[in-house]
Amino acid sequence: MSETRIQLIGGGLAGLMAAIRVAELGHPVDLFSVVPVRRSHSVCAQGGINAAKNLKGEGDSTWQHFDDTVYGGDFLQNQPLVKGMCEAAPGIIDLLDRMGVTFNRTAEGLLDFRRFGGTLYHRTAFAGATTGQQLLYALDEQVRRYEAEGRIRKLEGWMFLSAVLDDAGVSRGVCAVSLRSGEIRAFPGDATIVATGGIGSIFGQSTNSVACTGSAQSALFQQGVHYANAEMIQVHPTAIPGEDKCRLISESVRGEGGRVWVPKTPHDARDPRTIPEAERFYFLEEWYPKYGNLVPRDVATRAIHKVVHEEGLGVDGKAMVYLDVTHLPREMLMRKLGGVLEIYEKFVGLDPCEHPMKVFPAQHYTMGGLWVDNETQATNVPGIYAAGECDYQYHGANRLGANSLLSCLYGGMLAGPAAVRYARNLTVSAEATPASVFAREQKRQEEIYDRLRNQEGNESPIRIWREMGETMTRHVTVTRYNKDLAAADAKLAELQERYRSINLADRARWGNQSLHFTRELGNMLVLARLVSQSAILRDESRGAHYKPEFPDRDDERWLRTIRARYEGGKFQFEFDPVDTSLIPPRKRSYKS
Amino acid sequence: MAEGKTIVLKIKRRAGPAEPARWEEFAVAWRPNLNVIACLIAIAENPVTRDGRNTTPVSYESNCLEEVCGACAMVINSRSRQACSALVDQLEQPIRLEPMSKFPIVRDLVVDRSRMFENAKRLRCWVPIDGTYAIGPGPRVAPERQEVAYALSRCMFCGNCLEVCPKVNENSDFVGAALLNQVRLFNAHPTGRMHAHERLQAVRGIGGVQDCDNAQNCVKACPKNIPLTESNNDVNRQALLDAILGWMLR
Repeated sequence: MSETRIQLIGGGLAGLMAAIRVAELGHPVDLFSVVPVRRSHSVCAQGGINAAKNLKGEGDSTWQHFDDTVYGGDFLQNQPLVKGMCEAAPGIIDLLDRMGVTFNRTAEGLLDFRRFGGTLYHRTAFAGATTGQQLLYALDEQVRRYEAEGRIRKLEGWMFLSAVLDDAGVSRGVCAVSLRSGEIRAFPGDATIVATGGIGSIFGQSTNSVACTGSAQSALFQQGVHYANAEMIQVHPTAIPGEDKCRLISESVRGEGGRVWVPKTPHDARDPRTIPEAERFYFLEEWYPKYGNLVPRDVATRAIHKVVHEEGLGVDGKAMVYLDVTHLPREMLMRKLGGVLEIYEKFVGLDPCEHPMKVFPAQHYTMGGLWVDNETQATNVPGIYAAGECDYQYHGANRLGANSLLSCLYGGMLAGPAAVRYARNLTVSAEATPASVFAREQKRQEEIYDRLRNQEGNESPIRIWREMGETMTRHVTVTRYNKDLAAADAKLAELQERYRSINLADRARWGNQSLHFTRELGNMLVLARLVSQSAILRDESRGAHYKPEFPDRDDERWLRTIRARYEGGKFQFEFDPVDTSLIPPRKRSYKS
Repeated sequence: MAEGKTIVLKIKRRAGPAEPARWEEFAVAWRPNLNVIACLIAIAENPVTRDGRNTTPVSYESNCLEEVCGACAMVINSRSRQACSALVDQLEQPIRLEPMSKFPIVRDLVVDRSRMFENAKRLRCWVPIDGTYAIGPGPRVAPERQEVAYALSRCMFCGNCLEVCPKVNENSDFVGAALLNQVRLFNAHPTGRMHAHERLQAVRGIGGVQDCDNAQNCVKACPKNIPLTESNNDVNRQALLDAILGWMLR
């Protein structure tokens, strides 16, 4: 009998961590990734990673980290997993440190920590302002070591299409397509861990990378994997708007003393540096004196929307506010924030040490995701696990800054061994599964591709993608009205119709990027509808989900996970209780 | 430039490794803050050449679009660089886009840079840890040392330094500045240093440091300002010492 083989879909932090854990347990790993794993979206994480190491004499504790996280998420999390994550965090930092991550240091040679949103403690370890990149590289290197030993096989440039399910609904592997040759192939695997990140692309311009389409999650959802809290979408308060993407300006900029303000006079045309202090409105500091510029992201984003859209105080009359570090010493800025200030300088052309940055909120993080259980990252389909941003655990209705790298690593650490335990107990291995099961799924995928390549019409995939992004960003982000959400869903249904009339200008197999993108776009549209419909259902305001018509949190009705199933082309919703056994829900307010 | 103007791009295209190369010209509507990637997306939306001929969308690699992933390297107006940070307003027109020439071509602007990752494997570019279980913190590091290491560790494997290097060519196995910089990074780490000899042996074995002729193009092409010539020299010195005095230094 052959060895138990585990498949990893996605080579970001969660996927790589899971792969390392599986390899460490002695099982072969197939690691699928659309990009060389070193180029995964985790590189974009800037500010840092949270762990209550309490190295600053503040009396921080893992319980305090747990409490901040649950409170920040407006109590929508199943708490035991969050507690486990916060308790594991200091050890995870030690592990990364041993892997050689170039964390910033104190004079004593210890790890340095900075402040982040939604906490009053210095709890965030960081490597300049490119922490995600540094963490990803450390894991990439460990994976390469196992690859050199023949224990991990990388399938870079292969895109996940679907799970291969047998007649009993058990996953026996995956179907994937080579982005280069166009070949579609079914790969047997005893268990599959999905770690495919966020879904930013359904919002058009977001802070996410190009690869973050959510296509894999959507495909799995359509095959029967449940999806939870789809409506919980984080909009980051400070990004540079762009044609191709919105570039994030990290919360760490405020953690190190950056201040957000607008001129008190509407349409003030003066150079911001010449506007006197008394004529500036530091609205976050004024409205939230205790947390100031470091309120959680949902709070900061709504405040910016209010100051711009309701009070008409946007910079130059546009949807923009100042994020100002010009009062801070250049040397410190470059040492601790160089990576992110560099991005502003390169893409805007102004030195942020001299000129206040102009920023605006942008879609950033997917709190909801594939439903997984409360212990092992297992989905409801036997043999399929999920970890990282693509799962729905840990962050509830709003993620705190610097908790994402942590949840990716923790989820990966749980999923790897759990998948191995499951696979070892299988009575029939994937290898022993009838070939017809694999052939059937491969054929189904080939037919979808053939249809796309040959269909006639007058639609362009990019145009449909743009319209989807505009619709989602306008109606399904910061402020949500049921009437607009319904209109968004109707528009998405129209786009699904038009999708069938896409006429591809390129019908080759070799390196045909628009073909693969179009395949993903179909999945994106399904996911976009799921996000909109879940948002319609949740008639309350909680964390990032804000409905002016229902301005309060409603624990009585909505302290519930919205869990969606896909049945016969329709979404079915169930409302599960949330495990709040450790910290009783209390009112969330950052005012005092 | 004002609204209403167009940008002209000349793109070197190839349908596959065995297909002939050809140039195509495109016109894209100008908008503020446009970069080369946004132009390529616009072309994909409407794949028609400047003279009105229907064609296919241009294949190119990209991911993060903020110059931290390394994917979108290509030759833009004869300069090897990342396309995401190539702002249209700072480029002379027509903007000429070509694939990197030192790597096997896949299609259009896509090349295969897997050689760099293969060499990272051969050069053992990692810190060999005992395992992922909890065995306490890593070694203490002085802030000055961290700053040096951090600057080296920002390498995205974009390959720009290889593209501009006269020693990276069909007749040489030279691994290139990016990889030597990795050797320096891991040989400087308190744990990585324990295995410096293995890396230096590997460097000498494959196209290593003796091939660098100090043209210094690499350091100018690096989008992350990594002190690559310093790394080349450092590894050169280490490799020499290791070859002469290896067993004594260990």
